[in-house]
Amino acid sequence: MKILTGNDLRSGAVVWWNGSGWSLFVDDAVDAGDDAEEILAREEAARRVNVPYAIDASIDAAGHVRPAHIKDRVRALGPTVRRDLAVPTADKTGWDWVI
Amino acid sequence: MYQYDSYDQAMVDARVEEFRDQARRRMEGRLTEDQFKPLRLMNGLYLQLHAYMLRVAIPYGTLNARQMEALADIAEKYDRGYGHFTTRQNIQYNWIKLEDAADALADLAKVEMHAIQTSGNCIRNISADHFAGAAADEVVDPRPYAELLRQWSSFHPEFTYLPRKFKFCVIASAKDRAAMRLHDIGIRIVRNAAGETGAQFYVGGGMGRTPMIAPLVRDFVPIDQLITYAEACLRVYNRYGRRDNKYKARIKILVHELGAAEYTRQVEEEFTHLLSVGVEPPREELARIAEYFAPPAFRHPSESWDLEQLQSKAAGDPSLRWDDGFGLWVRRNTHPHRAPGYVSAVISLKPVGGIPGDATADQMRIVARLAREYSFDELRVMHTQNLLLPHVRIADLPAIWTVLNAAGLAAPNMDTIEDIIACPGLDYCSLANARSIPLAQRISERFAKSGRTEVVGELKLKISGCINACGHHHAGHIGILGVDRKGTENYQLSLGGSEAEDVSLAKITGPGFDEDGVIAAVETVTDVYLGARTDGERFIDTYRRIGMEPFKEALYG
Repeated sequence: MKILTGNDLRSGAVVWWNGSGWSLFVDDAVDAGDDAEEILAREEAARRVNVPYAIDASIDAAGHVRPAHIKDRVRALGPTVRRDLAVPTADKTGWDWVI
Repeated sequence: MYQYDSYDQAMVDARVEEFRDQARRRMEGRLTEDQFKPLRLMNGLYLQLHAYMLRVAIPYGTLNARQMEALADIAEKYDRGYGHFTTRQNIQYNWIKLEDAADALADLAKVEMHAIQTSGNCIRNISADHFAGAAADEVVDPRPYAELLRQWSSFHPEFTYLPRKFKFCVIASAKDRAAMRLHDIGIRIVRNAAGETGAQFYVGGGMGRTPMIAPLVRDFVPIDQLITYAEACLRVYNRYGRRDNKYKARIKILVHELGAAEYTRQVEEEFTHLLSVGVEPPREELARIAEYFAPPAFRHPSESWDLEQLQSKAAGDPSLRWDDGFGLWVRRNTHPHRAPGYVSAVISLKPVGGIPGDATADQMRIVARLAREYSFDELRVMHTQNLLLPHVRIADLPAIWTVLNAAGLAAPNMDTIEDIIACPGLDYCSLANARSIPLAQRISERFAKSGRTEVVGELKLKISGCINACGHHHAGHIGILGVDRKGTENYQLSLGGSEAEDVSLAKITGPGFDEDGVIAAVETVTDVYLGARTDGERFIDTYRRIGMEPFKEALYG
């Protein structure tokens, strides 16, 4: 699946396209499919998110969204060395999937 | 230390308001990211993995207590309560919001600080020996010359759009504690046989994807021609540097491709021309600057102790734990001072298992208080990602250590395998391929737990999370480079680097390792060292004597 991500213009926070807007939680990301380019162009023009881009991802057996590349997995939760600063998640698997 | 005049302050204040307007226009959608990016970078505002990052310049690593307290306030007010001190004597904040950035810059300006020229293809923060003005072995305090270079290079219209970023370093001793020859221009202030002060120019060094040691270009530039010679070096680079290829755009490539002799010939020609034009600031300006760096009023040696007196007095106080606490810290973390009865004291930002270079706002305030109380209101940021109290009475060391120890800032590990330089790596940096910090944490934990840190002695371990080498891995006695291997972290090990006066570049041992493997590999190479060393040999000495083969044999069989 293709999901969309970027950084919020004002705060810089990592955000994920949830189908109607941008969410802080990777699990909210939806498959943009063939609409990815159109959504990116529209959101770029709206200037709410800095340089949004499409990435490969998958859904695991428990239904969680997993970005394909390690860099985006680190972006999803925050620095692995400062878990106290992590983006909150309902995902009970914690950090196991990030690295 | 240097204080802004009204002109300096007006420039910085104006820049803050200019940026405030630029940021507002970006947030209102009137600037695209392509338009805004070069503007924010000129003010030190990057966009990293998780957020905007603000890099604040600390000129030649020198700051006072008030400035450190302001850095702490910014960490709490606009960030998440901490900052990261870097290998270029700067501080970085990892969580700054664009909507707050101008306010943070305004707060910095109130204490004569800024983030100007901490990014972009311009002359960056001038770095210097962190012991400047304190070291027993320096010819002269190099900071007035670094400050002169800072003023010359700030907003210099000709050098604002260089082919690539440009880094100066200034030292004034035979010992190199600042990786001087791994800078675009390294300057060593010297005295000639006639007792005149001048500057040696080393040009074309650097780390990154093409590490090079800067060759000596001029052995003695009269000090009243320092800026003219620097300008000549920059002019030749600005004229012929490779703007067509980012990876070949640093001055080291130009010097290498032209050859040091031809580059020098062109610089000398330009230098002769510039001497006729007259670009050197008046000597009175250097004298004015130098007054700010006059030595503090050190107390008479009779009002302090020497180290032997300290040991005998501390031995009688069990709370100081001379053998494994305070005494070890004194042996490891203090440095000889020019004034009798004084030392410089290194404040380690490398607690066992900690994040190299990180300090909380509370820790910054504690350090500021110590500087005010015990070190003539002066602090330094070291390129090793530690802090320094440059001028402390030996008699005050017990009180200082007690405060540091309570704050988790008394790790006795300067220049040991626990004193690891590590870049932010994939935990923070958008350029990184692999994480650096977890390796540093695990290696320091492993050596501390086994008690081998002290046995191994001086061993400089440096870790970079990508080829840009912010973690100085090329210059590590042991270097580790993180790479992306088919989507997973992999680490190349290298041996034999040094950033000191015996400068050398590390060589790769062979195939890379995963995270567990590279940590075991570090242990393996230290085993080889311990088995082969002769009396007094450091790791780097043994490596140079026995070569790479015994280490490769142990690593790969």
